[in-house]
Amino acid sequence: MNPLDLTVVLVVAGLYTVGFLLVLDRSLMRVVLGFAVLGHGSNLLLLVVGGRPGAAPVLGTVAPGEMADPLPQAMALTAIVITFGLTTFLLALAYRSWTFTGHDTVRDDVEDRRLGSVADRRAREERE
Amino acid sequence: MNVLLALPVVLPVLAAGVSLTLTRRPTAQRAIGVAVLLVVLADAIALLVSADRGGPLVTQAGGWPAPFGITLVADRLSALLLVVSTTVTTAVLVFAVGQGVAARSPSRSIPIFHPAYLTLVAGIDLAFLTGDLFNLFVAFELMLVSSYVLITLNGTARRLRAGMTYTISSLTSSLLFLTAIALVYAATGTVNLADLGRKVEGLPADLRAALALLLLVVFGIKAAMAPLHFWLPDSYPTAPAPITAVLAGLLTKVGVYAMLRTQTLLFPREDAWPVLLVAAMLTMLVGILGALAQDDINRMLSFILVSHIGFMVFGLALFDVRGLTGAILYVVHHITAQATVFLVSGLVVRRAGTPAMRKMGGLLRSTPVLAALFSVPALSLSGIPPLSGFVAKFALLRAAVATGAALPLAVAAVAVLTSLLTLLTLGRAWVRVFWSEPGEPRRSTVDSTPRPGTRVMLGAASALAGFGVLVAVLAGPLAALSGRAAADLVDRRPYLTAVLGAADGNP
Repeated sequence: MNPLDLTVVLVVAGLYTVGFLLVLDRSLMRVVLGFAVLGHGSNLLLLVVGGRPGAAPVLGTVAPGEMADPLPQAMALTAIVITFGLTTFLLALAYRSWTFTGHDTVRDDVEDRRLGSVADRRAREERE
Repeated sequence: MNVLLALPVVLPVLAAGVSLTLTRRPTAQRAIGVAVLLVVLADAIALLVSADRGGPLVTQAGGWPAPFGITLVADRLSALLLVVSTTVTTAVLVFAVGQGVAARSPSRSIPIFHPAYLTLVAGIDLAFLTGDLFNLFVAFELMLVSSYVLITLNGTARRLRAGMTYTISSLTSSLLFLTAIALVYAATGTVNLADLGRKVEGLPADLRAALALLLLVVFGIKAAMAPLHFWLPDSYPTAPAPITAVLAGLLTKVGVYAMLRTQTLLFPREDAWPVLLVAAMLTMLVGILGALAQDDINRMLSFILVSHIGFMVFGLALFDVRGLTGAILYVVHHITAQATVFLVSGLVVRRAGTPAMRKMGGLLRSTPVLAALFSVPALSLSGIPPLSGFVAKFALLRAAVATGAALPLAVAAVAVLTSLLTLLTLGRAWVRVFWSEPGEPRRSTVDSTPRPGTRVMLGAASALAGFGVLVAVLAGPLAALSGRAAADLVDRRPYLTAVLGAADGNP
């Protein structure tokens, strides 16, 4: 087991907390921000699990024991690209949604509300 | 290096690139899409035959040996699901081509559809074939990003609202997946599934349970397992019919497949898993009770989809060969039946001009063909013999009885109840849509003259319904094949040996 830097662990925990809190909001802008923060959190986590820092993993420069683990870095890079692309897509969706409605809150499901109101009406009728 | 293994992923991706350059030539796009999917189908059948005869096929991408490089594996389960999924995606693409032809104004045929659809297929294929946890994440992203584009196609206000819900919940599950990968790597130092299969056993039991639960939540969101299903009935119904069909038929099942693969390979168990049994029961009940209340035909079908995910989870939760056989049979049946029923409902909505069942009615007189076509997957979903649903449900119930324990038997009772309620829901829908008098005067803009495109759509839906019947006809050999696939999953040794070599494979 590699020794972990407690500061980084706390930062990861903070990013996850803030990210999930923002994603639960009704405003789309906050959801997008939350998603970005959450993405940073998981990317940082990927870096943390690579173990302690080390030299560049190039054969022949340093002994293999002193090298950093390159695999989590490669995974973090892939994840960064994916989260970056999707943040852009989410922003485009939020903007498009704003042009339709003039605000950026997540709206209720109309069909769901309609079914709910039908059930309410029936219940009222039965009581009367 | 086995080219057959790379083909189902590489070919659709390349074709998507070519298709993107041909956005002004819809005919060429359609031809490329259908041709590529047919080649992949032939390839998948070849994979299934050779995996069934000679054990799992393995390719190490780039020639890197197993724990270091990315591994592609086709065992019986992957190859079988690859064949079924490619059959369904081909039929749905033909349906979509028909819909594109049938669309009255040229602006309604959307150039981005074909490239996005092909990358979706590549993502699904990669998810089935990959032998690497991080690569599975990439496959999911490939698949989901295409589905985000497809579900918000045309960008109307309704689709945006639904697409937003879908995108955000899927992204959250993707980030949780990434977290799970990081934690798995921190614990074991590898992401190769076969290598993990060996190394996870050495971890402390509580850490293993935490990782299993985290991966279960991740794939539970993708598979719409209760209580993680809330996004599904809200987002699928608004997309165009062929897209809903392929998302409903395949995407949730890819989640179920990932669950099957990771839970059996990484966290093998001796006996049934109570947590998963309760989740299965909950999924069945919540889904079907939701379906009973619906008026929108596509929403009703989405809720039925949720409830039937419970059956597959049930089969996995038993963690023995019989239960897994049932789960695999159910996945095969459900991919086909659910895609068919959504295609037919697309035709019904098109004919009636509304998805609200209270406004339909009397369609039996104008379209008897559709009424007959709707009843085939509907009866199959309810588990009426001799259709494929009965075969799968029977296998599951027999597996539950074979365990003899109280909880599996309780879930089996709920499964029977759910099947009866499915019959009630779909039967009532059939009566409301096809039989009863029209509730409100229909809009006169819906013309009933058959166009060539409509015939193509009808043909594709009928072909898929026919494939569903074929699944039932071939029930014997298919059940035997699923049994062998399930035995491989429980045994684990064929998979480990194939990937890691004979010396390292034996745990």
